[in-house]
Amino acid sequence: MASMLLTSLRSSPLTSVQAAQFAARSLGTSVHLQAQAKSKKTLAKPGVKNIVLVDGVRTPFLQSGTIYADLMPHDLARAALQGLLNRTGLPKDAVDYIVYGTVIQEVKTSNVAREAALGAGFSDKTPAHTVTMACISSNQAMTTAVGLIAAGQCDAVVAGGVEFMSDVPIRHSRRMRKTMLSLNKAKTLGARLSLLGSIRLAHLAPELPAVAEFSTAETMGHSADRLAAAFGVSRLEQDEFALRSHTLAKKAQDSGLLSDVISFKVPGKDIVSKDNGIRPSTMEQMAKLKPAFIKPHGTVTAANSSFLTDGASAVLIMSEEKALAMGYKPKAYLRDFVYVSQDPKDQLLLGPTYATPKVLEKSGLTLNDIDVFEFHEAFAGQIMANLKAMESDWFAQTYMGRKTKVGAPPMEKFNSWGGSLSLGHPFAATGCRLVTTVAHRLQKEGGQYGLVAACAAGGQGHAMVIEAYPQ
Amino acid sequence: MAGVRALGSLSRLTTRRYTLFPARTHVNYEIKGDVAVVRMNDPNSRVNTLSTQMQREMTEVMDEIWGNNAVQSVVLISSKPGSFIAGADLNMIQACTTAEEVTGLSQEGQRMFEKVEKSPKPIVAAINGSCLGGGLEFAISCQYRIATKSKKTVLGCPEVMLGLLPGAGGTQRLPKMLGLPSAFDMILTGRSIRPDKAKKMGLVHQLVDTLGPGLKSPEERTIEYLEEVAVEAARGLAKKQIPLTKEKGLMQKIQDYVMSYPFVRQQIYNTVQNKVMKQTKGLYPAPLKIIECVKAGVEQGPTAGYLAESQHFGKLAMTPESKALIGLYHGQVTCKKNRFRTPEKDAKTLAILGAGLMGAGIAQVSVDKGFHTILKDTTLEGLSRGEQQVYKGLNDKTKKKSITSFERDSFLSNLTGQLDYNGFNKADMIIEAVFEDLSIKHKVLKEVEAVIPPHCIFATNTSALPIKDIAAVSKRPEKVIGMHYFSPVDKMQLLEIITTDKTSKDTTASAVAVGLKQGKVIIVVGDGPGFYTTRCLAPMLAEAVRVLQEGVDPKKLDGLTTGFGFPVGAATLADEVGIDVAAHVAEDLGKAFGSRFGGGNVEVLKTMVEKGFKGRKSGKGCYIYQPGLKRRDVNTEALEILESYKLTPNAAVSSDSDIQYRLVSRFVNEAVLCLQEGILASPVEGDIGAVFGLGFPPCLGGPFRFVDSFGADKLVEKMRKFEEVFGNQFTPCQLLLDHAKDPSKKFHK
Repeated sequence: MASMLLTSLRSSPLTSVQAAQFAARSLGTSVHLQAQAKSKKTLAKPGVKNIVLVDGVRTPFLQSGTIYADLMPHDLARAALQGLLNRTGLPKDAVDYIVYGTVIQEVKTSNVAREAALGAGFSDKTPAHTVTMACISSNQAMTTAVGLIAAGQCDAVVAGGVEFMSDVPIRHSRRMRKTMLSLNKAKTLGARLSLLGSIRLAHLAPELPAVAEFSTAETMGHSADRLAAAFGVSRLEQDEFALRSHTLAKKAQDSGLLSDVISFKVPGKDIVSKDNGIRPSTMEQMAKLKPAFIKPHGTVTAANSSFLTDGASAVLIMSEEKALAMGYKPKAYLRDFVYVSQDPKDQLLLGPTYATPKVLEKSGLTLNDIDVFEFHEAFAGQIMANLKAMESDWFAQTYMGRKTKVGAPPMEKFNSWGGSLSLGHPFAATGCRLVTTVAHRLQKEGGQYGLVAACAAGGQGHAMVIEAYPQ
Repeated sequence: MAGVRALGSLSRLTTRRYTLFPARTHVNYEIKGDVAVVRMNDPNSRVNTLSTQMQREMTEVMDEIWGNNAVQSVVLISSKPGSFIAGADLNMIQACTTAEEVTGLSQEGQRMFEKVEKSPKPIVAAINGSCLGGGLEFAISCQYRIATKSKKTVLGCPEVMLGLLPGAGGTQRLPKMLGLPSAFDMILTGRSIRPDKAKKMGLVHQLVDTLGPGLKSPEERTIEYLEEVAVEAARGLAKKQIPLTKEKGLMQKIQDYVMSYPFVRQQIYNTVQNKVMKQTKGLYPAPLKIIECVKAGVEQGPTAGYLAESQHFGKLAMTPESKALIGLYHGQVTCKKNRFRTPEKDAKTLAILGAGLMGAGIAQVSVDKGFHTILKDTTLEGLSRGEQQVYKGLNDKTKKKSITSFERDSFLSNLTGQLDYNGFNKADMIIEAVFEDLSIKHKVLKEVEAVIPPHCIFATNTSALPIKDIAAVSKRPEKVIGMHYFSPVDKMQLLEIITTDKTSKDTTASAVAVGLKQGKVIIVVGDGPGFYTTRCLAPMLAEAVRVLQEGVDPKKLDGLTTGFGFPVGAATLADEVGIDVAAHVAEDLGKAFGSRFGGGNVEVLKTMVEKGFKGRKSGKGCYIYQPGLKRRDVNTEALEILESYKLTPNAAVSSDSDIQYRLVSRFVNEAVLCLQEGILASPVEGDIGAVFGLGFPPCLGGPFRFVDSFGADKLVEKMRKFEEVFGNQFTPCQLLLDHAKDPSKKFHK
């Protein structure tokens, strides 16, 4: 009873708002045919700026160590930025700000946003900063852009993300670094020699960047395997989901649906215009693989995990007025979004489960209102675990403090053009891919609302509701 | 497919059939395809033990499984989240009256595990939680072991700590499985082995991670997961897809080769024997018998080995040492419970006054238990030293890998170091650990009471000052209580809580709750000079000073006390406690109790303090302490002081044994007097306090058990002899006399 009362209370002031909105944009929305009635006709709010995704592009996502191997991260970011300029025909000086995400930082270009922007020919008067939030870094870049526009500080912001796993900073050991730094300060030859003499063989062992949680020292694959086991996700289910991802991605690629991919002439190599990690296999082939993290009884394998990927993405985000004034036809509205975080040990990859009901509640929608789902696929086991968690009342009540489950998305609406498992997952570039894909799918499939959700290292997560721009 | 279905229906039939039998309560099983899953769950206890009932049902179940042709392999698992099998049922052993009976129990266990070991169907022990003693012996007789990485999963044979030995094949199977050195280490120390180490040693074959939240509670799902993995492994074993013997590494091969020489093995036996003798002074029979059993098995074959094991097990169970140690075990369990009701308010924020050795130690055992802890000192240097001590304590744990660096950091985030009373308005309990001086304590108490909320408890950490004297200036004496921690706080298990007539029950309950959360073993005693522990120690130290004055070398004195079973010699103990503290206490208690607390001349201690010989902390006491040096030389300057106070020993009471009993009888008499006067609530608490706080010989089980086993009459007789020479310091108290008169009177039933 109480909850019913609450909902009616919550919805009553909105109806008038909706009416006003509807009147204002009746021409735009009325042509749109909906399969079913939505909880809300639009998510526009009075007094809040409409923020739009004008367009989004990405470089082809390539397995690391392949064609991009000799580049640097900012080269990839540059390619994405230039691609965005080409695609949109945007005058370079029209951009107020650039935000880029990255996870594994190249130390030479720690503010990769700035280096890439300069290299891509943006005005040196356009400031740029880099953000990092693991696999949701470019989501953070986009929402930073949304914040800048909503606050009235900017009108046009480019957001994006880049990840380059073909080369990662490998460091000397701490002891060695200490010796080398002291060597700089040593004044006499004797002091230098004695420092050199203090070097032991063990000091020469390099330090590799770990794909492990700092707080728990557990690798993500290990955590994913435990998560799958906790939710009773079988190896078979995981392999099936991975195969689905590859099959759908292949189909999307073949039928030209992945229009966000731009061609990129790699210096000294050929023009690249396709993702190279999409490889639909057979269940038998996949079943042969040994577990990659938990041996011998684990279920997460190389075939049902996302692979190390190089790639960059970029989106152009504007206030609606500005976009229209510049003569753009935006692709989608970027609406409510949330960030969540949980226990980085046992709930590392459950971000979507926590973020989805929260963002839906915030926007006043239900799961049924969503026409298009794009979830980041870190591991097939992680996706299946999230789907099971979302389907469980017990989990919602015990761990999320909610009365009921939010429900799992229907599979026909879910990642239907492939996902990170097949397209690849350049950590910081995936977020923009998800948002652009939602916009494209909404246009193609004729839906109104789309939902992006992703998990990230550190036990964090993100979700965003995207509304189709009236066609 | 049809075959599988037929099997399925068969298993359904069988399970239904068995439900007709009188229900088994401790062990049940389910057949999953061709694997029988045997589940243990003692309905009457938090942990599983190998009780008579459990063993009977297990034998029944195993016989059924061995007779069932549909079953190819077996998984053995516990349904309890934190316990596989915690060991044999101690009551079962204690109920026996003769060694032969206990030997019989051991042989029964041996037979059962022999059948398990020779099982034609491979058995997988799926271990989650404690796998100790008999539980471990059961597990190692299985063909394959899988353990979870849970923090609760530990493997070990703690029998030696109860004065026993692993009596169901442990002394025979472990050496074969792990090699002599590791097996000796495990059986003789009784240490618990964590899963990672167990895997490395070859004690378990496979590890399974613990799971987090899923569709069921993490604990429940982890057990299910363990079972799933174990069932797969059992199938693999039955189909011979998983080999039972591991390819031996190079080191292993070398070790085996070396061990094949009898003289090498003999060398190991000798080394181990010497080490044991050095550590136990021959006062503990169990370790020596363990060596004999292992030796018999390795050198003369299994028949002799198993026979030796069961016979020695029987004999050991009848020794007073084992009874004393088992008594301590039970006592410890008792003292880990709050006999006062649950406090009205859960203490969450502690404020500790004084960041000295004690204050920082108390902070260290609080922050990692989730207490928000304020550590206050008066100087920046003092505070800095204290915070460093807390950091170091936690960082050492990180180095030993018992906590992660991340856990260390998050524990440290519970600590606030400060010089003012900021935030004291939110404190639930103040633990004051400032200098042992009544006027300072009064000043602090008044200052603090001005800033703390009404519900806040004021606990004072003192080793001798009566609490009622400290509470005299309090506006709310019902909230004042004594909490006597022992140094080093993170190592010493005991906490002595002192209540005054005015201390409210809820205050006591709250102090006990905090202490238990800090991981302490707690005794709650009445107020009085020296409470219980200090009061018992003082006469013994006074006697020790007299013995030194009589010309006994500190090293000799240490030898005599450790020879009696004290872990630390009397002279060393004085240095550890601090000569200044000892002098202080001796003087205070001397005033309170008069000549009964005399003996050695307090001036000896005072002169030592004047010369700066304050014990270990000042580098000189009875001994000279040099940083980095383990060897200690006797402080000759201290000897000179003793020389100037020299007493002439009376030959009638100065034999080694006499000196030992002079020291111990004063300790014991004072303990009994504490019970007589109502300072102590029970002999159990008296024993626990003496052993865990003061190092009273564990093999004697504490002063009260010592009186029971030694005989009150014999003790009184000895004391009378000393009384003739030294006077009232050796006058037995009334309660002791009562026990001497009536031999049926015992402190422990």
